[in-house]
Amino acid sequence: MKENKIAIRVDDLTVAYNYKPVLWDIDLKVPEGVMMAIVGPNGAGKSTLIKSILGIVKPIAGSVSVFEKPYKKQRKLVAYVPQKGSVDWDFPTTAKDVVLMGTYGHLGWVKRPGLKEKKAALEALEKVGMLPFKDRQISQLSGGQQQRVFLARALVQDASIYFMDEPFQGVDATTEIAIINILKELRKTGKTLIVVHHDLQTVPEYFDWVTFVNVKKIATGPVKDVFNDDNLTKTYGINYKVAVNK
Amino acid sequence: MSIAEYIQLVFTDYTLRTITLGTAILGATSGALGSFAVLRKQSLLGDAISHAALPGIVIAFMLTGSKDSHVLLSGALICGLIGTFWIRGIITKTHLKSDTAMGLVLSLFFGFGMLLLTYIQKQPDATQAGLDKYLFGQAATLVQSDVFIMIGVTVVSLIVLFLFWKEFKVMLFDPDYTQTLGFNTRFIDTLITFFIVLTIILGLQTVGVVLMSAMLLAPAAAARQWTNKLSAMLIIAGAIGAFTGVIGTAISAQHDNLSTGPVIVLVASVFVLFSFIFSPGRGVLFKEIRMRRNRNDLKLQKILQVMYDIAKTHRDISHPHTIRMLNNFQGISKRSLQKMEAKHWIKVQGSEWALTDIGFETAENLYNQDIGHE
Repeated sequence: MKENKIAIRVDDLTVAYNYKPVLWDIDLKVPEGVMMAIVGPNGAGKSTLIKSILGIVKPIAGSVSVFEKPYKKQRKLVAYVPQKGSVDWDFPTTAKDVVLMGTYGHLGWVKRPGLKEKKAALEALEKVGMLPFKDRQISQLSGGQQQRVFLARALVQDASIYFMDEPFQGVDATTEIAIINILKELRKTGKTLIVVHHDLQTVPEYFDWVTFVNVKKIATGPVKDVFNDDNLTKTYGINYKVAVNK
Repeated sequence: MSIAEYIQLVFTDYTLRTITLGTAILGATSGALGSFAVLRKQSLLGDAISHAALPGIVIAFMLTGSKDSHVLLSGALICGLIGTFWIRGIITKTHLKSDTAMGLVLSLFFGFGMLLLTYIQKQPDATQAGLDKYLFGQAATLVQSDVFIMIGVTVVSLIVLFLFWKEFKVMLFDPDYTQTLGFNTRFIDTLITFFIVLTIILGLQTVGVVLMSAMLLAPAAAARQWTNKLSAMLIIAGAIGAFTGVIGTAISAQHDNLSTGPVIVLVASVFVLFSFIFSPGRGVLFKEIRMRRNRNDLKLQKILQVMYDIAKTHRDISHPHTIRMLNNFQGISKRSLQKMEAKHWIKVQGSEWALTDIGFETAENLYNQDIGHE
């Protein structure tokens, strides 16, 4: 791998909701163009990590830079796919309208989406295979379809870095394959992907970079170097391989 | 009084015209903005704010000695906004859920307001009489200048709604995501909340502290049943709100002892009930009808499939078989056979049935229909 630029740099990031820290002193460097999984047990702060990088959760300390500039100035380079369960899908709107929301950031205040944005939204729906469902009320979509709509909304932002919070949660095998193919396609075009991931089995297959988190950062690096028993045990507190084979 | 006479009276009589216009505008604005409260799952917000406004009314009177509605409602507005900030403060500073925070602020402020109200009512002079009308509202006290203020607020909120439509929409659906797009979500949130508070305060004189939240929620809840589009929901909610205002005023004007506020709220409730039952997409009635029809269709399809399995074993698919051999099968009846014949799936002759070509094809394709979307 050639010497890449740093897409995301996180320094000393610490987050606490009450007294106990949820994340403690996280340092992270994510090179451009990698596809990185964030793994860790439930409650380890995986979602909180990307939420605090994105400024949704306010850290009590630390800094985040995107391509070596403060995140706040680089928002347009970053797209976010939240957890599917974080919104109310009974909201009165259509799949196309949700995807269109991805264009709002570039438009800025007050300006409405025009033809160009609508075309981009349809193209994004096409990419995730949801074009036939563009006028569906979003509650009438299956879980997998909703996830694809969320993905399309991020695609339409045309960002350089994509943060995704458990995009494979509660989707069937077909959708999982469809999504992973789109992600791999994105990486081919040089995008950086940071994905909160739950399924350890698929980490080596899907990702080339991995970060272990359990309140502290346990390890980060290429999958082939750091995805090993030692780090798994440190992160999950049990000998993962042994526990699985039992 | 006939309807025509009444309509004529609305246009000629000052009081009736003012009240009708006032309640219609109030209904429209609170219906449209109430949609936002409903979609944000902050249904209790209206209740909390209107109750929180009560001490403001009494304190404004105690400080100024004036019973002018503009003075009192200014007090209500200040107190309502303080209540709103407290709610937000409780949610962010503690780990209490928003409904708990709203409930706390509601009862605390309302309790304090009632305390002040009973205190000044015990005072020897009679100047304070009539403050309690804000509890249930008194539409008859509306004057033209009140209506002008309502029109002003409505126009301003329409302009704001139009300008920031896209921001409101994305914020209502997915606030976290809105923030990552670079929008100041606090500003959008404050803007929405401010106009909701303003509308509530305007309604206090007409509908009163206790029932105002219904003006916010009922039209929105009814409108949601009829559409899957945000803009349409706001427009329908506004229309229902305006219509309830007009009808409610008309009903209470026809009778001597019916106060307008409660009547308006009851009319709005009728709309909600009607919408819950009769809306084509989400209504209980059509849902039930659709479900029964689907179950019946499925039953017939299942019988068809059994017949198909039998007919398949013959070289001639239209070979007749006795009905008796199906007797054991759940769902077989004369009626179901008749229905299948009406669909041209089978032909019944005497005690025998035979599959038609259409029936055969339908049965062959039964499985292929629903798979393949995902």
